[in-house]
Amino acid sequence: MSAPETPQTWGMLAEFDSADALITATRKVREAGYTKMDGHSPYPIGEVADELGFPRSEIGAVMFIGGMVGATMGFLMLTWVSWVEYPLNIAGKPYFSWSMFIPITWELLVLSASVSGVVGLLALCGLPMPYHPLFNVPAFARATKDGFFLSVEAADPKFDADSTRAFLLGLPDVKSVEEVPA
Amino acid sequence: MATVTAPATGAPAEHDVYTDDEQLIGGRQTLVTIGEKIGNVCLGEVPTPKGWWIMFLAGFTLLQALVIGLAWLFYLGTGVWGINSPVFWGVAIVNFVWWIGIGHAGTLISAILLLMHQKWRTSLNRFAESMTLFAVMCAGIFPLIHMGRPWLAYWLFPFPNNMAAWPQFRSPLCWDAFAVSTYFSVSLLFWYIGLIPDFAYLRDHAKSKIQQIVYGMLAMGWRGSAMHWRRYEKLYLLLAGLGTPLVFSVHTIVSFDFAVSIVPLWHATIFPPFFVAGAIFAGFAMVIWLAIPIRHWYGMKDLITEKHLDVCAKIMLGTGLLVSYGYFSEVWMAWYSQSTYEWDTTLQRMFGPYGWSYWLLILTNTIIPQLIWFKKFRRNEFLLFLVAGSVHIGMWFERYVIIVTLTRDHVPSSWGRYAPTLADYLVMFGSLGLFLTLFALFMRFLPMLSITEMRELLPHKAGGRDGHAVMENAK
Repeated sequence: MSAPETPQTWGMLAEFDSADALITATRKVREAGYTKMDGHSPYPIGEVADELGFPRSEIGAVMFIGGMVGATMGFLMLTWVSWVEYPLNIAGKPYFSWSMFIPITWELLVLSASVSGVVGLLALCGLPMPYHPLFNVPAFARATKDGFFLSVEAADPKFDADSTRAFLLGLPDVKSVEEVPA
Repeated sequence: MATVTAPATGAPAEHDVYTDDEQLIGGRQTLVTIGEKIGNVCLGEVPTPKGWWIMFLAGFTLLQALVIGLAWLFYLGTGVWGINSPVFWGVAIVNFVWWIGIGHAGTLISAILLLMHQKWRTSLNRFAESMTLFAVMCAGIFPLIHMGRPWLAYWLFPFPNNMAAWPQFRSPLCWDAFAVSTYFSVSLLFWYIGLIPDFAYLRDHAKSKIQQIVYGMLAMGWRGSAMHWRRYEKLYLLLAGLGTPLVFSVHTIVSFDFAVSIVPLWHATIFPPFFVAGAIFAGFAMVIWLAIPIRHWYGMKDLITEKHLDVCAKIMLGTGLLVSYGYFSEVWMAWYSQSTYEWDTTLQRMFGPYGWSYWLLILTNTIIPQLIWFKKFRRNEFLLFLVAGSVHIGMWFERYVIIVTLTRDHVPSSWGRYAPTLADYLVMFGSLGLFLTLFALFMRFLPMLSITEMRELLPHKAGGRDGHAVMENAK
C-alpha cells in the first residue's frame, strides 16, 4: 500500500480542536487535490463524509435486496410446504391461504434485511480489523474520546511527507500533525 | 444507597445547572466527562456500589430457583404445574406475555423515538435495549418449557427432516416462534451495533490488558472513520425503521395466540392494539424501575435527569389510558354485541370466582396510575417507583385474567378451577432472577448509557453536535 518513495510511512495524521475544524480541514484537503484520506471522530459527523465525496452509503441498497430476497424466499417456502410438500387440511382453509403466510413472510423480511445490513456494514468497512497502522499513533486513542483527526494516506498520488505535513500544519485550528508508521 | 458519586465530574451538579438548553444533561459535561462517567464503571474505576451487590445476589439467588424449577419440570413433566383441563395455558403463558411486553419499551425508546427526533431517548436507549434483550430471554423460556418436550423445540422451525413433517404455518403459535426469534435477533444486532463505538472507547482507555483484549475484540477495530460512520448511521436508521413495525408485529402476533381462537372475549379485534399499548405501558414501568437505581448507585443523575423520569411517567400514563380503554371496549363490545357467551363470560370475569383478580387489575392498571397526573408523582422517585410497581402487578394480572377465562366454558359441566403450584412459582420468580442477574452484569461490564450518542447530544459549545442527527446524517 505504501508509496515507493516513502516505504516507512502509512501516511499523515492531523488532529483538530473541534468537529467544525475537521469539516473545514477535510474540505481544504480535498480542494488541494488529495483523494486518499479519511476523517476520524468520536461520533458521526455527516459533513465530513460529504466532504470526502461519500454522500451516500450502500447500506440502503444492501438491506433492500436482503429484505426482498428473505421475504420472497420465505413466502415461496411457506407456499411450497403448505401447498405442495405437506398439504394439511386446517379447518377447511385453502392450501394456498396466502394471508396466513404474511406474518412469517414479514418476520423473515425484517430478519434478512437486518442481518444483511449488519453483515454489509462489516464487509464494506473491512471490519473486524483489529490491527490498523493508525493505532500505532498513541494520540489516536483520543479519536474515541475528544479528538478529531484527519488522515492522509501515503498511497495518495499527491502525498509527499514534507509538503503534506506542511500543508496540514497550515490548516486552521490544527493541534498537531504526526507521521503514521507503516 | 447513594454511597458512590462518579469521579471526574468536577463540582457536584446543582439542580439548576444544565449543559444544554433542554435540561437533558445536568452539570457541566464535556466529551471527556461523558466518557469517563459512563465508561469508568465498565473499566472498574468506580467502586461497586452496595446496591449493585444486593441486586446481583438477589438475582443470582432467584436464578437458582429457576434452575430447581426447570430441573423439577424436566424430570417429571408439566404435571408438576397447576395446568389441567380446562386451563391448559397457565402462568407460563402469563409470564411469557408479561416479559415480552416489558421488552417492547426498549425497542420503542431506541427505534420509534429515534425516528421521532426525541432527544431524551438518548440517555435511556442503551439500558432499555438491554432490558429488551434480557426480557425476551426470560420470555423465550416459557413457550419452550410449556411444550412438554422442550428438547424438541426445534420442530417449530421448518427444516427438511426424515419424518417428512413440516410446521403448520397457519397457526399463530408457529408465527410466534418466528416473531420472537426475529425480535430477539434484530434487537441483539441493533444493540451490538450501537455498542461498537463504545467498545472502541473502552478499548482505547482500558486500564488492564484483559479489558483491552476483550473490549478490543468486541470493538472489531472500530476507528471512528467518517466513511464507516456514514454507513453506520444509515444502518442504525434503517434498523430503527424496521424495528418500529417489528415491535408492533411481534406483540400483535402474541395477541393472535389468543385472538385467533374462538374463546369468548379472546376472539376480539381490539386485542392487537390493546396488547401493544399494554406492552409499552409495562415496559416503561420497567424502564423507570431500572433508571432509578442507575441514577442513585452510579451517580447518573446528570445524565438521567428528572425530566427523563417525568417524560417516562407521562408515556406510562398515556399508554395506561389506552389499556384502560381496552378494558372498557371489551366490556362494551360484550354487552353491545348481544352475544350470550361474551356477556356471560364478562360477568364471570367480573363477579365469578376470579373476580378479585379482575378488580385488582382495574385498581393497579387503571386507578393507581392516575396519580401520575400529579407532578409530585412524576418527579418524586420513590412515589414513581411505587406507581411503576403497581403497573408491573397490574400487567401480570391482565394476562392472568385472560387465561382464567378458560375456567368458564360454554358448558357448565366442563367448568374448572386453576391455581399455580410451587413449581409454577419457582420458574416464574426464577425468571426474574435471570433478568436481575443479567442486568446487574450488564450494568457492571457494559456502558449503561450510549457514550457516543450522549456525546453527540452535547451542545456545540460543549463539543457535541446538539442532538442526534441520525435522520439528517444517514444517507
